[in-house]
Amino acid sequence: MVAGVSTTVPLLIAAVVLVVVVVVSTAIGPASLSLATVLGVLASHVPLVHYHSSASAVANAIVWEIRLPRVVLAGLVGSMLAAGGAAYQGVFRNPLADPYLLGVAAGAGLGATIAIVTPRASFEWLPVAAFLGGAAAVSLTYLMGARTGQRSSGTSIVLAGVAVAALFTAIQTNLQQQHAADLQPVYAWILGSLSTASWTDVRLILPYVVVSGAVLLAHRRLLDALRIGEEEASTIGVHPQRVRLVVVAAATLGTAAAVSVSGLIGFVGIIVPHLVRLTTNASYRVVLPVSMISGASFLILADLGARMLEAPGEVPLGVVTAFIGGPFFIFVLRSRRSQQGVL
Amino acid sequence: MRAVRSGLSALVITSMFLLAPSASGASSPPSRARASFPVTVLSAGGKVTIASRPTSIVSLSATATEMLYAIGAGPQVRAVDKYSNYPPNAPITNLDGFSINAEALVKYHPDLVVVSYEPAGFVAQMAKLKIPVLYDPAAPTLAVAYHQYLGLGRATGNYARAVAEVGRLKARIAQIVRTTPHVPAGTTYYYELDPTYYSVTSHTFMGQLLGLLGLSSIADAAGVNTNGGYPQLNAEFIIQANPDYIFLTDGPCCQVTPQSVAARPGWSVLSAVSHGRIVNLNADIASRWGPRIVNLLQEVANAIKKYQG
Repeated sequence: MVAGVSTTVPLLIAAVVLVVVVVVSTAIGPASLSLATVLGVLASHVPLVHYHSSASAVANAIVWEIRLPRVVLAGLVGSMLAAGGAAYQGVFRNPLADPYLLGVAAGAGLGATIAIVTPRASFEWLPVAAFLGGAAAVSLTYLMGARTGQRSSGTSIVLAGVAVAALFTAIQTNLQQQHAADLQPVYAWILGSLSTASWTDVRLILPYVVVSGAVLLAHRRLLDALRIGEEEASTIGVHPQRVRLVVVAAATLGTAAAVSVSGLIGFVGIIVPHLVRLTTNASYRVVLPVSMISGASFLILADLGARMLEAPGEVPLGVVTAFIGGPFFIFVLRSRRSQQGVL
Repeated sequence: MRAVRSGLSALVITSMFLLAPSASGASSPPSRARASFPVTVLSAGGKVTIASRPTSIVSLSATATEMLYAIGAGPQVRAVDKYSNYPPNAPITNLDGFSINAEALVKYHPDLVVVSYEPAGFVAQMAKLKIPVLYDPAAPTLAVAYHQYLGLGRATGNYARAVAEVGRLKARIAQIVRTTPHVPAGTTYYYELDPTYYSVTSHTFMGQLLGLLGLSSIADAAGVNTNGGYPQLNAEFIIQANPDYIFLTDGPCCQVTPQSVAARPGWSVLSAVSHGRIVNLNADIASRWGPRIVNLLQEVANAIKKYQG
């Protein structure tokens, strides 16, 4: 395919896949409910329809209060991580960039750990602390990187990110060691999980995901301009540093919100954008929106695995994304490369 | 942490069963307990020889601290780690039983160290300094906990008191079981370790203890040995399993209360919530296998009496 081709077809396919994934994931769960029951519960919650479901209160609680918010939250988090990854890869022109590149994960991890080990702190503060930690880490990275590298191509910012991530991780590990009795919840958070997802979590992150997603989408053409190189982009009136700042700020806001409720889920931000590139084309006008939709599908499916693989026990979501995502990614990479001869 | 700790304990369960009986066989008669040094005690860490009656014991295990005081070895205890918050008169220090600093430990000139977690090479390191280490990891069963009492008794010269303490615990447990009304067959509980629904199966130490009162864990459906008996449960499964009782041990860590559990989205349909059968257990006792387990068993028994009566 050639860049600049219609974005409609890939978008349409991704959207259809997402709808199927949402329906399937909402229908399946460790509590075995019939499809009719699930649909009945869902219909009874559609506004203005006034459908009265015959499903029990238990079925209603399971589908409406537990399963559906979890599917929706997985979609939002997956969408945000994939979009953040795609944006970072564009703005730093680095295929290995992921949304955690500038230290948002390490910062959120430190924030979460502080919330967990603080005596008498409620678990409800954990997302707030994780969000603040993530935002603080990336701000620090940006300040340090921007100050040292005057006209860099983002390399100094990436290096500052490595340093800040190492620093925050070291502090977090030390705190964790000093509060060994709280090791288990810290560890569980780091592995990532949506096991306690609720509509409250959805409401908490929705504004950030919407704003962040909108800003990133608005920059998709500028990200394409950056692909030709920063100096070349400047000649056509693009300000690489300004684009970078806005894109990083938006991606960070959304990613910090996402990990604050989900913990550290790896891999989504790298493999989803690359899968989209491998199967469609490399233009950010396609990659960004399609990654958003496919990221949602990917994480909803991965979370279905987390719920069902050891049901009624849970498998950490981060483990599922890496375990399924890794081999799948290698498979697609190899098959596409053998077809095209290039990445 | 509880889950991690007990997961480790699963590994040593076999060796404990093999070692413990021979350890009691190697002991001298209780009447000559004080005169029996040097003694050789077998713990999960191997054979330990103690030359003379210890007078400067350092306990890096909160459970062992409780056990030492219960068997009358309290006056011989020089220092305990920062998690040893019971009994209140134990000489608490900032030593950390899960991140052992050998130099800080040696500062107390211990003639016996007791640990429940053994970092690789720790026993060998202490052996070079001629400091004996008793390694008593999380007990997978009451029987193993009793053997730990006897081992501590022999190692500290309080064997007779240890035998008496084990007898007292057995009698108290039997009495609680006898005086608690029988629950209907199939009465279940959900035991919450943390607010992300980590739980215990009936095969864990705590599960066996609650099993004495006729209760079984809903987590057994996840496979009794999944994650070392400490699986993370799915929320919709908990709702569908509809446990008769909910036991909470995440009050101190995470501010979870019966009220906050009842307020969780979807949880109001649970019969344990509508009947108020949510019991806050002492998290310290629940994560140890020491003498106060009878208090915890009594708390659960009281809850059963209240709701059955």
